[in-house]
Amino acid sequence: MIHLSDVRKAFNQGKPNEFWALKGIDLSVRAGKVTVFRGPSGSGKTTLLTLVGCLARPTTGRVRLRDRDISGLPERFLTDIRRSTFGFVFQQFNLLKGISAVENVMVPAYPLGRCRTELSARAHALMDSLDIGPKAHSNAEWLSGGEAQRVAIARALINDPEVVIADEPTANLDSERSKQFLGIVETLKASGKTVLMTSHDPLVCDTEVVDHVVSLRDGQLVDTR
Amino acid sequence: MSPWLHKQRNLLDFTLSSLSRRRGKTLGMMAVYTSIVFVLASVMLFSHAIRREAATVLAKSPEVLVQRMVAGRHDLIPARYLDAIKGVRGVQSAEGRLWGYLFDPAAAANYTLMVPTNPRIEPGKVVIGDGVVRARSADPGDLMSFRAHDGALVQFKVDKTISRDSALVSADLFLVAEEDFRRLFGIAPGLFTDLAISVRNPREVTKIAEKIDAALPDTRIILRDEILRTYESVFDWREGMLLVLLAGSILAFAIFSWEKASGLSAEERREIGILKAVGWETGDVIRLKMLEGMVVSLSAFLIGYLLAYLHVFHFGAGLFEPVLKGWAVLYPKYRLAPFVDELQVATLFFFTVFPYTIATVVPIWRAAIVDPDTVMR
Amino acid sequence: MRKSDGFLIVWAALLGLFGASFVDAVMGLRQAQPGLAEKADMVERLGLTDLVLFTEARYTRHPSQADLHSAFQDHPFALDHFPTGSLLPPPMLKRHPG
Repeated sequence: MIHLSDVRKAFNQGKPNEFWALKGIDLSVRAGKVTVFRGPSGSGKTTLLTLVGCLARPTTGRVRLRDRDISGLPERFLTDIRRSTFGFVFQQFNLLKGISAVENVMVPAYPLGRCRTELSARAHALMDSLDIGPKAHSNAEWLSGGEAQRVAIARALINDPEVVIADEPTANLDSERSKQFLGIVETLKASGKTVLMTSHDPLVCDTEVVDHVVSLRDGQLVDTR
Repeated sequence: MSPWLHKQRNLLDFTLSSLSRRRGKTLGMMAVYTSIVFVLASVMLFSHAIRREAATVLAKSPEVLVQRMVAGRHDLIPARYLDAIKGVRGVQSAEGRLWGYLFDPAAAANYTLMVPTNPRIEPGKVVIGDGVVRARSADPGDLMSFRAHDGALVQFKVDKTISRDSALVSADLFLVAEEDFRRLFGIAPGLFTDLAISVRNPREVTKIAEKIDAALPDTRIILRDEILRTYESVFDWREGMLLVLLAGSILAFAIFSWEKASGLSAEERREIGILKAVGWETGDVIRLKMLEGMVVSLSAFLIGYLLAYLHVFHFGAGLFEPVLKGWAVLYPKYRLAPFVDELQVATLFFFTVFPYTIATVVPIWRAAIVDPDTVMR
Repeated sequence: MRKSDGFLIVWAALLGLFGASFVDAVMGLRQAQPGLAEKADMVERLGLTDLVLFTEARYTRHPSQADLHSAFQDHPFALDHFPTGSLLPPPMLKRHPG
């Protein structure tokens, strides 16, 4: 459903510290599958994730979502697409401090103008399904790493996106929790969601649930399976 | 409810959450903000009300007053001037007034002595204003004595007191008979303090004033309009002084709020990045911060204004008393009629609520246009 | 109850009070009418020219009747109509009477 053709991304373009994070990527991500971008740090996998997830635009090249070219869209439309199509689970989880877990989960839905009662019911249901229901009213900074990640997953799912994007989901977890996370990925896949992850954790890349592994090095594709 | 309304409610919820996690800061800010609004609104309400009160109450003060000037100072005016004035066309009536000041060493206060023509006071009696009553704790029937110009003792028996309700124009009045006034100060018959004139046609008042001025070159003429204008400007001046004193604190507050509102901490920057990454538009982020600014500034305005209203109109502007009282021993106990100028309130609203809201939005705008992918780096 | 409910109630109450303050002003003004009329009547009857606000000096007691250009007026510590009045301190012996 997502197609990238000859995508390049530069940072600090035109300055002495110009840096090309991606140097010509051609890639297709299929709907309903679990795809992992793998590679050492600095290989460009996170940058690739931001391009696919409409968080950033490529410097050159095209990104197509279904049949729509989204690489040239202005920010407003990009935001709209991002909000309705993608859910993000960041490496640092990026929960907002000082507010409760359930409020964190609801944050992405606020600008959509949905009824608060439905919204809160949905947030609680999501949190229950992820076994963090009891933590709903704890402040975000009091949660453990695993709990924070599941709150972040619930937040990613609140707008019912087609694609869930997770950046280094197991980097901050022990093996036990990593396995739990992969269990969640499995249920996501079963419910028809497309899942995209970056990881260099073999535990993730070699799991059954993963359909495709895309390996990157120095901003280029080296291997796809 | 429409989605738009839901969205605003949701944003408001979130605004309140994010304000409450900086509770100390927010409340401190609100307190300072509220007290600034309170002081400004108090000054504004008070001075406007007193100006309107002056305009209403003094609307029927003498139309034209003629004072004699000698060497740049006010002097007693001879009765023959009355004849000259009565000869001017358009003058309806003219009469000599006797009034002046009497320092009472017992109370260390200055009274305003006056000889009323209607009703006349019997010799030896006095009608006193509320301020005098309080300064001397005098009751009807009491005796008050003063030393006359020649050292002789002049005694007055308190006949009546003037009601406290009219203290704003009568607190220091000491109304006596003409004989007593002349004896006290040694003013010969045929001399007056000044002359009060009424005219037939109010529109001709300036014309008549010019004629009197031409006929009596050593006089100074005070028109009722000038009296009213004095009150417009005198209070401007007092208010101005208060504002000068306030200016420092207002400026300090402006700097403080600018600093507080516009300085984005790294934490706030991170939050904006998160909000954008999870699907908020730049406009939503700005709306959120605008709501934050409005919640603080509008609440501060409403609370500050309401406190000021209570302070000025229901608690007698107690905080201003030391400023207004100055060195005066007699200070009238008065309650201002609640004249409120809606336009002034609107101006105050504009100048207190908007700058702060703008100050919160500007830096956010700069921060909010950054790419959302910064949180991933 | 959601946070905004409580807050909106407080705001509504404040706005209500704000509106009420104007109503109160109108009513207070109506109530003050007889008093104002009485004062105006007294002003007319006695030929008064000024409000009793500051009784310390004649040009503050009767600002509309004061000499316009007499230095110091009656009170050496007085703030004149002129800004320089606030810069000149009174002579020492006058500051402590008696």
